[in-house]
Amino acid sequence: MGLTLAEKILSEKVGRRVKPGEIVVSRVDMAVAQDGTGPLTFDVIKELVGEERVFDPGKVLLTVDHTGPSPRRDLSNFQLRMRAFSKKTGAIIRDVGEGISHVLLAEDYVKPGDVVVGADSHTCTVGAMAAFATGLGSTDIAVAMVLGKIWFRVPETVKFELEGELPEGVYSKDLILSIIGRIGEDGASYKAMEYSGDGVKNLSMDARFTVSNMAHEAGGKVGLFPSDGETKKFMEENGRGRDWMPIEADGDASYYKEFRIDLTEIEPVVSYPHLPANVKPVKEAVKDGIRVDQVVIGTCTNGRLEDLEVAAKILKGRRVAKGTRLLVYPASRKIYLKAMKSGIIEALVEAGAVIGPPSCGPCVGIHLGVLGDGEVCLSTQNRNFLGRMGNPNSYIYLASPATCAASAIEGRIADPRDYL
Amino acid sequence: MIRGRAWKFGDDISTDHIAPGRYYHLRSNLPEFLKHVFEDADPEFSKEIMKGKSFIVVGGRNFGKGSSREHAARLIKLAGSPVVLAKSFSRIFYRNCFNIGMPALIVDTDRIGHLDELEVDLEGGKVRDLTKGVELDFEPIPEVMLKFMKEGGIVAYIKKHGDLVF
Ligand code: SF4
Repeated sequence: MGLTLAEKILSEKVGRRVKPGEIVVSRVDMAVAQDGTGPLTFDVIKELVGEERVFDPGKVLLTVDHTGPSPRRDLSNFQLRMRAFSKKTGAIIRDVGEGISHVLLAEDYVKPGDVVVGADSHTCTVGAMAAFATGLGSTDIAVAMVLGKIWFRVPETVKFELEGELPEGVYSKDLILSIIGRIGEDGASYKAMEYSGDGVKNLSMDARFTVSNMAHEAGGKVGLFPSDGETKKFMEENGRGRDWMPIEADGDASYYKEFRIDLTEIEPVVSYPHLPANVKPVKEAVKDGIRVDQVVIGTCTNGRLEDLEVAAKILKGRRVAKGTRLLVYPASRKIYLKAMKSGIIEALVEAGAVIGPPSCGPCVGIHLGVLGDGEVCLSTQNRNFLGRMGNPNSYIYLASPATCAASAIEGRIADPRDYL
Repeated sequence: MIRGRAWKFGDDISTDHIAPGRYYHLRSNLPEFLKHVFEDADPEFSKEIMKGKSFIVVGGRNFGKGSSREHAARLIKLAGSPVVLAKSFSRIFYRNCFNIGMPALIVDTDRIGHLDELEVDLEGGKVRDLTKGVELDFEPIPEVMLKFMKEGGIVAYIKKHGDLVF
């Protein structure tokens, strides 16, 4: 019997064949904390070993991505702690304006076959590069940062066999939201989600990251894609072609559950408040006539170049509706620069967008873009929980960047296919 | 034996309900943060906690979903709930609970009523609702979690064994 992707990566790391259900201690290739979870991680490290130290500074990443530039004193002090910890231990720090941890991991640090843990639930994003990447709490990350290893229960794998190609106006965000709508928010609880089949070839790396990013919204531990030519191309573009290697699941691997998904049948969808699994076709949302006060394009789910590109394509030569705000947050400085050089930023600003610094932006309700009472936001982010954007008396809908761009033009939720 | 009164929450309670993101700046000041615990799920809870009362937190399905913020689990512990009961738990939250020495028990919480008097028998694997007079089995605690539980959390476990070995 062969191995699933998750089993293959963990077996390699652990040095023997592992099987689902068993507890293993694995070496860690990257351990990450951000400005909201870092300070507690440092406290636990001190409790654990009496001082601030890490097993290998080159494998510990700190990001100031949730609250930078700081809007208030307490948060500035969190950031000071991040810098002090980095100075003391040599851990890598990516400071204000550099980008979101999950995107920086992909650009600069992770390679196929790695085991990556982060004190942030969307660490699963880099699973798109065939890395066993998952989010953990600050205490677990403290352990990983000090010992260079962590324990896992080897997960069973749910396979999603993708066929065909997404139709025009339909994106990988629609695919993953549709999956979550179908299996529910605990549909893959404690499981590895693995994508395979011919349809994978038709998904760019940017598209795959979006899918892996939301594994957690289905309860998944990791969201894995095979490492293939697209992965290689992405790593080459980021100057790390040498680190690439192919990895795929064995043909005779055994799965907990299997789904077949015909990509040609996916349509644009929207998640209604307050659950990501509350998914409805955009056509229905259009009928419901949902007015939007704020539209956000960005976050670790959809702040990549292709996302900004499609938004610019739709918005170019058009205007954001009166009474609607459009906030765009490139997910990293590299993406920001590329978008700037290719005219994407210009098109967006001309259409009326406000461009924010590479960061999480309004996603977690602590930075700019906090919603007012009764306001409605359509966002490309991964969560629409009650109060997520800083106000429990507001409503968040989730959709693809294209749907967001089209909706910004109309001032209500719109079908992107009318604009392409 | 753990005893206490149940405070019931519904399904799909996220860490945003427990420890809202808008209080990000209080993450290094948990006693202050405690004033807002579960604010978006049931604001009465923190009011009672602030009066010095404590309860056993009882959730529904997929309790603790969402963000990895361990502050959520820590706030529940700080609120005086020695255990958390739910029909099912989200993965990261479940680990966080045991890591900080607060067992998370999977049990049919539909059979527990709000403010019922509970008795939790960790060794015996039972939750007794004394108000209703029913006895419920909780799912066996995974072996690795039991190890952490015995030492009072993963930090104490590692300190005792000098390493992450099982
Ligand atoms: S963009 Fe949102 S979901 Fe992603 S890491 Fe930042 S706060 Fe979390």
